[in-house]
Amino acid sequence: MLEIKNLHATVDGKEILKGLDLTIKAGEVHAIMGPNGSGKSTLSYVMTGREGYEVTEGEVLFKGKNILEMEPEERAGEGLFLAFQYPVEIPGVPNTTFLKEAMNSVRRYRGEDELDAMQFVKLVREKTKQLGINDEMLKRAVNVGFSGGEKKRNEALQMAVLEPCLAVLDETDSGLDIDALKTVANSVNLLRGPDNAMLVITHYQRLLDYIVPDQVHVLAQGRIQRSGGKELALELEKKGYAEFTGAAA
Amino acid sequence: MAATVETVEQVRGIEKYKYGFVTDIETETAPKGLSEDIVRFISAKKNEPEWLLEWRLKAYRHWLTMPEPEWAKVQFPPIDYQDSYYYSAPKSPEDRPKSLDEVDPKLLETYEKLGIPLTEQKMLAGVAVDAVFDSVSVATTFKKNLEEVGVIFCSISEAVQNHPELVKKYLGSVVPYGDNKHACLNSAVFTDGSFVYIPKGVRCPMELSTYFRINAENTGQFERTLIIADEGSYVSYLEGCTAPMRDENQLHAAVVELITLDDAEIKYSTVQNWYPGDENGNGGIYNFVTKRGACRGRNSKISWTQVETGSAITWKYPSCILQGDNSVGEFYSIAITNNHQQADTGTKMIHLGKNTRSRIIAKGISAGQSDSTYRGLVRISAKAEGARNFTQCDSLLIGDRCGAHTVPYIESKNRNAILEHEATTSRISEDQLFYCRQRGISEEDAVALVVNGFCREVMQQLPMEFAVEAQKLVGISLEGSVG
Amino acid sequence: MTEAFNEHFGALRDHLPGQNLSWLTALRQRGLDRFAKNGLPTPRMEAWKYTSLRPIEKVDFAAEGVPRACISIDRAPSLLPEATESHRLVFVDGHFRSDLSRLGELPEGARITTLGEQMVDDPDWLHGHLDHLEAPLVQPMLALNTAMMMNGFVLRLARGTVLPHPIEVIHLGGAGDAPLAYHPRNLVVLEEGSQATLIEHCSHLGEQPYLSNSMTEISVADGATLRHYKLQADALNAFHLATVKAEVGRDATYDSFCMTTGARLSRNEVSVRLSGQGADCHLNGAYLVRGEQHCDNTTVVDHLVPNTTCREVFKGVVDDKARAVFQGKLKVHRDAQHTNGHQLSKVLLLSDRAEINAKPELEIYADDVVCSHGATAGDLDHDALFYLRARGIPEAAARSMLIEAFLGESVDQIAAEGLCPALMASIGHWLAGSRGDY
Repeated sequence: MLEIKNLHATVDGKEILKGLDLTIKAGEVHAIMGPNGSGKSTLSYVMTGREGYEVTEGEVLFKGKNILEMEPEERAGEGLFLAFQYPVEIPGVPNTTFLKEAMNSVRRYRGEDELDAMQFVKLVREKTKQLGINDEMLKRAVNVGFSGGEKKRNEALQMAVLEPCLAVLDETDSGLDIDALKTVANSVNLLRGPDNAMLVITHYQRLLDYIVPDQVHVLAQGRIQRSGGKELALELEKKGYAEFTGAAA
Repeated sequence: MAATVETVEQVRGIEKYKYGFVTDIETETAPKGLSEDIVRFISAKKNEPEWLLEWRLKAYRHWLTMPEPEWAKVQFPPIDYQDSYYYSAPKSPEDRPKSLDEVDPKLLETYEKLGIPLTEQKMLAGVAVDAVFDSVSVATTFKKNLEEVGVIFCSISEAVQNHPELVKKYLGSVVPYGDNKHACLNSAVFTDGSFVYIPKGVRCPMELSTYFRINAENTGQFERTLIIADEGSYVSYLEGCTAPMRDENQLHAAVVELITLDDAEIKYSTVQNWYPGDENGNGGIYNFVTKRGACRGRNSKISWTQVETGSAITWKYPSCILQGDNSVGEFYSIAITNNHQQADTGTKMIHLGKNTRSRIIAKGISAGQSDSTYRGLVRISAKAEGARNFTQCDSLLIGDRCGAHTVPYIESKNRNAILEHEATTSRISEDQLFYCRQRGISEEDAVALVVNGFCREVMQQLPMEFAVEAQKLVGISLEGSVG
Repeated sequence: MTEAFNEHFGALRDHLPGQNLSWLTALRQRGLDRFAKNGLPTPRMEAWKYTSLRPIEKVDFAAEGVPRACISIDRAPSLLPEATESHRLVFVDGHFRSDLSRLGELPEGARITTLGEQMVDDPDWLHGHLDHLEAPLVQPMLALNTAMMMNGFVLRLARGTVLPHPIEVIHLGGAGDAPLAYHPRNLVVLEEGSQATLIEHCSHLGEQPYLSNSMTEISVADGATLRHYKLQADALNAFHLATVKAEVGRDATYDSFCMTTGARLSRNEVSVRLSGQGADCHLNGAYLVRGEQHCDNTTVVDHLVPNTTCREVFKGVVDDKARAVFQGKLKVHRDAQHTNGHQLSKVLLLSDRAEINAKPELEIYADDVVCSHGATAGDLDHDALFYLRARGIPEAAARSMLIEAFLGESVDQIAAEGLCPALMASIGHWLAGSRGDY
């Protein structure tokens, strides 16, 4: 599904990723943990093609295709989804409009028929019900005036509707109460299947109680320092990251 | 709103300026240039009574003495008024067409292309249309249905013949002929336009609509619209405009006068999509329009909604004179400029009566190398006890070669009036665009989406049929503004 | 009136200082020519739309080349508490009064002097700094000032000089036996990294009407800070026209506050050019006017380069038949990205015949900016008034309390020790002098 080889990336001329390798197979859930400033968010932005994040070396293959040359919307069309750490507010644009636009854009990219209004409404209703999200959220402008928890729920809903192949969750657990955390975990688990994969970026182990990873990686100093099973997360929770930041210093 | 949902699909697949075709039609045209003779010619052509000719001549003589208004933030070479035709009408039999069957089929085709079928069976249910082609009203639909409830909806030329008492009483009563240079020219040479009278207590059963089209070359269009809502009546009126693509600039100097008596309400919506000129600023319409409404009666209301996307230059300030106690004026505006377009638009709210209220929501979007200015006046007279105004002006810039300006004039002479004015300027953030693109939406569609969101408050004021068209226009007029 | 000023120039020509400086004579002539071309401003000029100088024409002003004060004083009215260490310059009817002035010890690199002295002591420096700032508008009053300037204060701070104590400049008018017109010309030059606090106090001595048409040029070089505060409490038959032009360099700050309670007609016109990255300006003001006073605050802020900021708040209270004008223009030039500009005008109208005309204006040619303006007008908040009265406070006292709070917010922003109480006192004094129904 995803193969990252020797990835180097700079932001404002400063190297943040320094030779990162990562392979995720279909059906797997991986977690990346690491201290602040280790390059976790940079990785998610490089993968999705945000401006200002420059790849200086290495490659990112997604379903066998090199996606680094693609526009952000093309990567989304390929099935790459990023749940933002800080979801963006778009005043005046209702959530449904946004979702429908996104979904049909992706469908067009894949050469599939667009959904009409009826089909779309039916699909969204289904998802909100599964996730236990109030339909009222659909009428509001995208993320405008949403609480932290609502924003993350909204990201979860978008993920459920767009059904990506690979979902990257960037610090989705930060600032969440336990209910919102469950909604997010629920949407991830709904999506989970033999053809999908997940990359969970987090600072804390807490989320991993609800989304159980197949593999855990420690990112520090711009590289994967260590990989292991889910027990690695528990170990990190106890010991912290000192070992990794110190080791490379 | 469902209408917003459809936006981007509609943007797709529409060419740059789809109304840019020219209809090859036989026209009768007066000689080029402007003189007393031309004014007399127009008046004679329309078989007008003496008082109207006199009024036109007075206006013409006054016009000669007036300087060009220079305060607006727009730049263009001086207009050569002698290099234009002031009368151009489709040549049908000596008389005007009496019914749609007599209208030149080519004309009907033109309106089909514009998306305005005039044949009644094809009409959108519930919208009556008056179509003005170059200088002359060619067809008014649904006349009969309207007559049954006493609503008069016809061309102003017809109204002069059939309802002279109403025309004489109200024409020029809101916009006097000497009001400004452009309105003065219009008073001298106006050729047609729509006339509406809604009798006491009648709620007009359908939306009334006029489509304006400039077709002939070197022709100015000077239409005059007069709408009177008698006591307790209501009407919603829509206006749309298009013109072919031509290299030279064409002048459009219209005047619209609205009058509401006690408890009456007029809702006037415009989608202005005159040809804006090409990417290099060649050609396009000079849209110099005077629109003003007088809330003469108590508890009356006038609401202007405009979506201005076309024209090389827009110079337009739909205003309300709030004379009646408790009367309400509203102005909702979206002005989009791209490439080399210039727009200087806004409103005047003149509070004269007690407890009068006004609300101004203006959204300006500038892209390319264009300039967009909001210019507005809110004046509270000493007698306007308890008056209230709220104004919100927001500007959005797309790109670093354009300009967005806000010039409000706020004047109050009453301690018991409350005025609030707010203005902001911002741009579409990189974050917003990236967020949309990460969800699979292309950059151009993302811009249209964000801009439509920015304009939503105003879009919601438009009748549904217009809202859909207006949202398409937002996308089309911003094409090429990013990337 | 234009002719009258031309006559003044003719009469004064031989008395104007700096006759020996050919560049100055040429400068005066240019000013005179510009003034002659445009004449006095009229409401037909967009920048003077709401302020007419007609009332000036009703007074037969004279111009005096030599001081002729009839009223003698031994002490000038200071805004600062007695114990404050400050430098003090006093001008009476536009003429410098060294007997009333007091200059404390100055740090090295600081010079506080007068225009007249500069013409004698260091004319070359003056030549390099006078009339050197660009004007954003056609400014007829400035042209007139350039032609007729007699004296004024000059503040020079060399690189890195910090003035520990404020400078207080006191302008007193109306001391003569006839209506006088004069044109003070002031110059403030702060070199890199220097700092000063300048306080101006305009007041009056006698009964004669006077017209003060002043011009202050300010340059705040990179990293320097000028705090400039003014109380204009001129006589109610006086005319106060003040033009300030400031140029603010990289990471420099210009902090200004102007309070107006005086003059029959006043115009405070401030234009600021933010010409270095990181330049910051605060343009704040308060005004309290009544009777037939006319008070005009006009500001233009030019953001010329990226990363500059401006905060502007003007608050006013207008009573009786007084009229207030606020015109604020914020212009962001092409490529001045990351400009942060905010402007606010709030006015309380206290009588049925009071009037406010506001024109807050944005002119923006760069896209990555955050700019806003707001304007409100109305009476005191009825709910707040009711709340206070419900707690037993009589209406008049409640109104005064709310007005003091409304203006106090602005006064509190002033960073000059000792000055705030004096300004609050003048607000209190104004309120006490009212008819007592608010």
